[in-house]
Amino acid sequence: MTGRHFEAVVIGASAGAVEALSVLLPALPRGYPLAILIVIHLPPDKKSVMAEIMSAKCALPVKEAEDKESIAGGTIYFAPPDYHLLVEADKSLSLSSEEPVLFSRPSIDILFETAADAYGAELIGIILSGANEDGARGLKAVLDAGGAVVVQQPELAYASAMPLAALEACPDAIALSLEQIASYLQKVVHA
Amino acid sequence: MPNKTDDIELKLMLEALYQKYHYDFRGYSLASVKRRMGQAREHFGCKSYSQLQDRILHDASLLPKLLSYLTVQVSELFRDPHYFKIIREKLVPHLRTYPSLKVWIAGCSTGEELYSFVILFREEGLEDRTLFYATDINPEALNKAEAGVYEVDRIQLFTENHRRSGGKSSLSDYYTAAYGAASFDKSLRKRVVFSDHSLVSDAVFTEAHLISCRNVLIYFDRELQDRALGLFKDSLIRKGFLGLGAKESIRFSNQADYFIDFSREERLYQKRGDA
Repeated sequence: MTGRHFEAVVIGASAGAVEALSVLLPALPRGYPLAILIVIHLPPDKKSVMAEIMSAKCALPVKEAEDKESIAGGTIYFAPPDYHLLVEADKSLSLSSEEPVLFSRPSIDILFETAADAYGAELIGIILSGANEDGARGLKAVLDAGGAVVVQQPELAYASAMPLAALEACPDAIALSLEQIASYLQKVVHA
Repeated sequence: MPNKTDDIELKLMLEALYQKYHYDFRGYSLASVKRRMGQAREHFGCKSYSQLQDRILHDASLLPKLLSYLTVQVSELFRDPHYFKIIREKLVPHLRTYPSLKVWIAGCSTGEELYSFVILFREEGLEDRTLFYATDINPEALNKAEAGVYEVDRIQLFTENHRRSGGKSSLSDYYTAAYGAASFDKSLRKRVVFSDHSLVSDAVFTEAHLISCRNVLIYFDRELQDRALGLFKDSLIRKGFLGLGAKESIRFSNQADYFIDFSREERLYQKRGDA
């Protein structure tokens, strides 16, 4: 990984997401340079409180992604419930209410695929705990575009189906514990 | 690296669609268009967008199918019930003061939003004085809107939404179910004009008291959003109302100064008296 330059991180998680992110995100220090875009599966009619919950725990600014917003480094963005989150070529965000993918809106695959298209090799894709297969296709897209791919070690995840599916799609992905992912994310920016 | 050849071909394809058929997707948010065009490409069995372009240019009969991929047609009756609750409780009292009303459902797709409004207006005793305009660019979607037939397994959600919107009647009063389909009553369409209209290229056609256009602008880029919002401003009467989707806002648009918040949370705006 030495010498590689990254611009953004995309993270996908489902069942067990809050717990996993509560370990991972607060570990990132103030001034951390990469933009972090996150899709987690939530019931569609719930007002999202994720940004609020994480805001209280994190050194980095956390917000719900807004349509046509420019992506800023060092900021954590959550997809709003019931909308897909997409990355445009000019590194701005779009929301969409297209049909759910794998019963999910927001869809991890859609975020990962569009981010891979926009960032190419300057993207890190991370799949955490979850109980379905959303994200596997997206992680493959990150890999195919030259990006780095990381998966939470399935046996350490609250729900292993999502990391297992991701590893099946990307057998060479690095499987790490949450603590290791947190230090990986810091190492790549100091490399 | 991302496949930039794809992007070139996609943009050429959108240009071709515009020049040949006057469907203008050039100002749409590209990430979403690209995804959906990719699905269309797969459906038509084409290896590249250039190949797809070739087929579409030389065979107009493929156009409706392509449009059904490019335009998003996902909605519910009384989607975001709270939106309709606020309209019922806060906006209807204003509308009652007018002897006649025009309501424009812009980008009505397959009609779910339209039927929600007609039912709400009937419940509130406003239907008979109202003319509804339901417009979309996709003729197939308009046909479905005009037919008013939905899969019966969606009715449970529609019913729950209607109830949560403060519905004063039973949704089952408005449809008949048979063979897995729910047909909405034709009386709901007697005050409705269905029409082909593009927010990208067409002009003002009415003076409306209320325009509802939800989850349409998110597919546009900033410039096109501004155009559509300008069109809405020019299409509204003084102090007319505009409703947008839950994640859409007029705040960052160059039209923001012409509107005031009516219900911020519900994305309901009112055109200023002096605009």
